[in-house]
Amino acid sequence: MAQINRTCVVGAGSIGSLFASHLATVAESTVLTRRQEHADTLNRLGLRVSGKSDLKSQITASMDPTDLGDVDLVIIATKASAVEASARHLAGHFPNAAVMTVQNGMGCEEVVARFGDWPIISAVTFMSGIRHSDSHVEYELDTATWMGPWAGGTADYALVEQVEKLINDSGLKARAFQDLLPAQWSKLIFNAVVNSVAALTDLPHVKAFAERERFQDLGHLVFAAMDEGKRVAAARGVELFEDPWQMNVEATSHGQSGNEEYAHAPSMLEDVRARRLTEIDWITGAIVREAEKAGIGAPINASLYRLVKGKESSWSFNDPHKRKA
Amino acid sequence: MKVCIIGCGAIGSLFAAHLGRLEDVEVWAYDPDETHVNAINENGLRLTGLSDIVVPVKARTDARQIPECEFGIIAAKTMYTRAAMEATAHIFRDGAVCSVQNGIGAEEIIAEFVPRVIMGTTFPAGHITAPGVVNHDTGGKTWISPFAPKPASMEEVRLLADTLIRGGADIVAMEDASGALWTKLIFNSASNVMGALTHLPHGVACDQPGVRRVMRALVDEGKAVAAALGVTLDSDPDALIDYGREKAYQHPPSMLSDVLNQRVTEIDALNGGIARIGKKIGVATPLNEAMTAIIKGLEYSWREDEWRNLKP
Repeated sequence: MAQINRTCVVGAGSIGSLFASHLATVAESTVLTRRQEHADTLNRLGLRVSGKSDLKSQITASMDPTDLGDVDLVIIATKASAVEASARHLAGHFPNAAVMTVQNGMGCEEVVARFGDWPIISAVTFMSGIRHSDSHVEYELDTATWMGPWAGGTADYALVEQVEKLINDSGLKARAFQDLLPAQWSKLIFNAVVNSVAALTDLPHVKAFAERERFQDLGHLVFAAMDEGKRVAAARGVELFEDPWQMNVEATSHGQSGNEEYAHAPSMLEDVRARRLTEIDWITGAIVREAEKAGIGAPINASLYRLVKGKESSWSFNDPHKRKA
Repeated sequence: MKVCIIGCGAIGSLFAAHLGRLEDVEVWAYDPDETHVNAINENGLRLTGLSDIVVPVKARTDARQIPECEFGIIAAKTMYTRAAMEATAHIFRDGAVCSVQNGIGAEEIIAEFVPRVIMGTTFPAGHITAPGVVNHDTGGKTWISPFAPKPASMEEVRLLADTLIRGGADIVAMEDASGALWTKLIFNSASNVMGALTHLPHGVACDQPGVRRVMRALVDEGKAVAAALGVTLDSDPDALIDYGREKAYQHPPSMLSDVLNQRVTEIDALNGGIARIGKKIGVATPLNEAMTAIIKGLEYSWREDEWRNLKP
């Protein structure tokens, strides 16, 4: 690709807002929204970033892709459950664009590919943000986004390097990989456990997730469940990029040393607190399906998966024992 | 005969009420809840629901005011067993204490404090509706037997059983009640955590195929531990779960009530107890360990000042 002049973020939640606001410093940044009100706010106020960055970015936003011009890079940053609807909305548009997916879990690239022949970049992101409003996002964890050519498509590594440079230039952190699968799996195993355990315990990702002296300790469960995920990866022939347990130890040591209030709430915990359907099918569910494909068991991940599904089902059930506010 | 109820909550009150109907039994109760204790002393202990009676019980918050008794019946929540026995041990210098608590592990603690121990498993349920008033929700049997290594004699066990039966309770005295205990333990290990974690009443939880599969897997682990211990179960806990679905579809398991009220649960005596024994005898219980850690994590989530590392 000659140059990336114009970008489009689909789904301006916390991650999407972080991409759109930072990319505005190096390209024309557009956002495809689901709500007209959201587009109006972005067009009028732009996007403000606080926390690790301090930015005020101008954004062009619309619910209609035809309003957004000739885009070179699309970043789909919706929840995994909304990727299909997003891709359908993009079908027939942006013929010169590459599309990057940054969802948690596995399998979104295949969904996008059904709706167009864009080169597809797989990505996993470790950054996090807190979306305070349609026009204000707080940049919380400034960890990198990893990306690589999706093996099922036509994106090449040079394209990925180009996107890597653009994102790094924008003030976010990116890292290109020839083969993202090992990193994707590392994050999948990490997320499958951290998200579901957070959703079930109502705990943010705190130090207890890495304490495993006794079997009653939360870290004992996290370790066992991640170990199970590692065995699934091995059975699927994937050599992990990073040890998910080490990622867990590292992540829980962030900002926990002193008198700080920082404690990262994984997205699934936020979903559960807001009684929204979670991404459990794409994350922990993916581990369970991969284990089945490999013909091995993953009983702990399967139980975590089933419990979160059970918890989701309680919201539609008329529960007389309402949770305390 | 003098009997002291240790922990006069819902279950303790059901036993106290049966004994209080008998002319020849003096019923004492130790409970830390002052309002409840005062109400019992002023108005008697009142049962509603399945039973409708008022009986005299001498309730005390200070165990030093309670005389020596031949029998104790401890119905305290399992995590308070040690504290309750420390307070009341002097009452049973030559007595036998019977546990009707949930789960496993309380009898070992009781044995540290009193000369003779009776193990028990009870099915009736109730709940406190006002100070001094307990609603008797469901009936059911209670199985009791001597507990080794500090067993009460079989005569003593029968005497306690016969006394309670005269008071209207459904009691079975046995040489070994561990089959009943493990059956209920395994049932509870599956039904309680599922309710606590999904917020679904028992029957509704059973109707979620995924949740039901986790229950079955937990039951299988519990059965493996029981089998390795040489315990013959009374009945299949998995069938008991289906039976519970028929009989108590809307019933919230007690651990769900605990969690909704942010009260410390009895997880250590349930899944934690199964996992602890499994570890000791070399039977793998990964899911019971997992459930223990999750419930412990949930309890930890209520102590936000701790995980936020805030200084007091």
